[in-house]
Order: sequence, then structure tokens, then C-alpha cells
Amino acid sequence: MTSGSEAIIRLSGVGKWFGDFQALKDINLSVAPGERVVVCGPSGSGKSTMIRCINRLEQHQAGEIVVDGVTLDDDDRHLAQVRAEVGMVFQQFNLFPHMTILDNLTLAPIRVRKLSRPDAEKLAMEYLERVRIPDQAHKKPLELSGGQQQRVAIARALCMRPKVMLFDEPTSALDPEMIAEVLDVMEGLARDGMTMICVTHEMGFARTVADRMVFMDGGEIVETSPPADFFSQPKTERARLFLGQILGH
Amino acid sequence: MRRRSFVSDYWILGLTLLFIGWFLWRMTSHESMGWYVINPSTPQGAINMQFLLGGLWITIGISIIAMVLSIAIGLLAALMNMSTNPGARMVARGYIELFRAIPLLVMLIWVYYGLPALLDIRLDPFAATVIALVLCESPFQAEIFRAGIQSIARGQHEAAEAVGLSYADKMWFIILPQALRRVLPPLANQFVYILKMSALASVIGLDELVRRANDINNNEYRPLEIYSFLVIEYLLLVLAVSWAVRRLEKKMGSDESGR
Repeated sequence: MTSGSEAIIRLSGVGKWFGDFQALKDINLSVAPGERVVVCGPSGSGKSTMIRCINRLEQHQAGEIVVDGVTLDDDDRHLAQVRAEVGMVFQQFNLFPHMTILDNLTLAPIRVRKLSRPDAEKLAMEYLERVRIPDQAHKKPLELSGGQQQRVAIARALCMRPKVMLFDEPTSALDPEMIAEVLDVMEGLARDGMTMICVTHEMGFARTVADRMVFMDGGEIVETSPPADFFSQPKTERARLFLGQILGH
Repeated sequence: MRRRSFVSDYWILGLTLLFIGWFLWRMTSHESMGWYVINPSTPQGAINMQFLLGGLWITIGISIIAMVLSIAIGLLAALMNMSTNPGARMVARGYIELFRAIPLLVMLIWVYYGLPALLDIRLDPFAATVIALVLCESPFQAEIFRAGIQSIARGQHEAAEAVGLSYADKMWFIILPQALRRVLPPLANQFVYILKMSALASVIGLDELVRRANDINNNEYRPLEIYSFLVIEYLLLVLAVSWAVRRLEKKMGSDESGR
């Protein structure tokens, strides 16, 4: 476990309710800079809700979330600070369909980081090279394949030069033949030392990339361990059951 | 639903054309009709026609101004109506519910005769008509915009927020452009409606199409001919709007929904 003081993300005692339903129960998690955390668990276990709380797409109702020294609360300035430092990639890509790929990438750097357009475009092209689709810069998102769209979405998040990247089931909406190209890009990011929290069912990816596995069920973190231990000798019955279900076929 | 065959489609088209042809023939050849009133080859007919056509500019001008203003106010009301601030929501809701319920004719009379009597604000018919149209129409624009904005997928909001855009930037660059594309057809409807409803301003003496038709009719006593010409004028205006909107839709691209 990483100690709390040097953590870039720290959740302590985080709770969240949707009406009467408790989605998160006493979540405690610290992530060190450069650490790669993979979150897994059955659907409805609170994985997405947890990472969505980290950039406040969902608001937690109990406990405390600190990102890079900034506490998430009702203060809009704190929110803006955190969102500028935390990149997010969604299951459904959520590219802006009315804009070109290049404009998708440059909008936030220009509006939030106050970069000039030429600088923002240079930055955008760098990241498009990195996700290997610079030739698509002037197309609209829906002209691209799902895998390409998701790589654009990753590049869009990277253009803000975030300190942390959150991935919310980034390959779940993709056709099978496109999953590898997205995972390749994510592995490249991991190699470069990006701090990542990734909700995914891609256990091959988790094995090679994760420093730590977080297993959630019923809104709580049930188990936290290095991937080697998690896959070979899960500590809890619930994790064993889950692994049996997703690796068993 | 049963698919109609080509044969019956052509039948309906044929019958419709036949009816229109018969109608035009009756209109032009019937001995009781007097088309001389707007026949441009006679001196008086030319003057009359010019006078009738001259009303187009006033109708067009007032409609465009009222449309632009009612879009601006409607958008503002829509955003307030969806805001998290309960005060703003209440003001917007009250505005929409109140002004949506007032008939345009009543509003015209209020603004034109009521304001001078009650508040000593005297307006010319043009300004009074613009104000009445904007007050009566903007609630409809507000609800159209609300529907358009709410039809944009949640993920678009989240993606814009996640990259750190402010509320204003999110709305301006991401949500509104997509919503506007979707509400173009109902907005076009509203514009057509404003074009036609501006005819009510004839009762407060605005010199628009219908008022001019009334004036000529008072001299010539040829209502059927004169008002038939009026129909053609409105038809041309509305067809022009349809054409312009279709071009605009093409220019803005197909509806690329943000899934």
C-alpha cells in the first residue's frame, strides 16, 4: 500500500448513494504518482461510480477525495483545478460529433489552458501521432472506426497534459478486432509512467500493466493485491467466483 | 402500416393537380372575377400591385427582427429554466407559462394601446408589433430549445466537463451547436408562424401585407382577387423560408448524434 502523504489520489471513507441504494461504501484507496491501478468487479459493483467521483462527474456524499493536493468539494475553483489535471476516457468515446478530430483535441487546451491555436494544433498533432492516426485529423468522429474514435478520445484527454488518466471500460463498446489497438496505446502510456486508474475486464491487459488490482463488489473494495497474487491466489471467495466467471470460458 | 402502391400515389397527385387546375380556371375565367384590379398592364392595376408587393418588406422585416429577438430571449429562458438556481428556474417558468397563454391579438392591443394609457410609453406600430410578437413567441422558442438541449446525450456534457470546460464554453461549443442543428425544423415552423401572425398587426395600423390588401379593397371592392393575391405573397414567403432552411440544414451537415 502506498502511504497517504505522497499519493496523488486519495479516497478516504468515500460513500455515495443513489436514492436509497448505496453505490459506494467506505472506499479507501491511495494511488501513488506513476502507479497503474486496474479496477475490476461484477457489473453494478461501483467501479465506474468510484472513478467518476475522482473527477466529480458524480459527487460523493461521505468521506474525502483529494487529487494532487486539492480537496474535492463544492468550490468550483477546486473542481476546475482537478478536472484540468485528470483526464478521462469513456466507454462510449463521447467525442464531439460536430467538430473535426483536430478541433476535438484543441478545444480544451485553447479554452482552458489558454494555448494559442497554432500551439494547440501542434500539441494535438503530436498526440495524434502517438495514437497513430495523424492522417485523420480533419475528419469528423463518425467517419472513424470505433477503435480509432477511442484512440482520439485518449489523445483528447492527453492534450490537457493530465497528471492522472481515468479509463472507464474503454474497450467495452468496441468490436473485438479493435480492442488490441486501444490497449496498445494504453500500454504505451503506462510505459511512459502515466498514473492510471483503469476500470476494465481485459484481464490480459491487467496482468501486463497493473501494479495493483482492486476488486470491487457490492459498492466496496473487497480485495487489493498485485496482479500476480490476485490472479493466482485471490484472497476472497467473491474474487475467486468473479475470476472463475470471466476467465473460465 | 400498409404501404401505399405507386398507382394510388399517382392517382392522388393527378387528382390534386386536376383540382388545382380547375380552381385556377374558375378563378381566372369566371365572369364575376375582376382581375383588372391587379393587372399590371393597366395603370391603376400596376399601382395597386406595386402597393401590395410593397408590404412584403415590412412583413419580412418585422418577422426577421421578431424571430431573432425571440430566439435570443427564448434561449435565455430555456437556459434559465434548466439551471440549478431555483430563482432563475422560477422566473423562466413563470415567463413561459404566462406569455404562452396570452393571444397575440390581445398582446398587440395591450402593447399598442395599454402601454401609453398606463405607463405613458408611446410606441409606433412597428415597435409595438415587434414587442408583442417577441413576448408571445419566445416562450415557444424556449420550449423548443429546452427539448433540443435535453436531447443531447449525457456523455457530451460529461466529456466537456471532464476536459475542464466551463459551463459557458460547454454550452457554446459543444451542446448548443448540436442542439441547434436538431431544432432547425421546429424553429423554421416558428418563423413561418411569425410571418403569418404578423398579419394581426394590421389592426393597429402597421402597413404590412394584410393592411395594404385591406386599403386597396376599400377602394376597389374586389376582396376575392386581392386576398387571393395575398395568399400568393404569403406562399412565396413561406416557400422561400423552406428553401433557406433546407440549405442551412445541408450546410450544417447531417444530424451527427452524440452517442
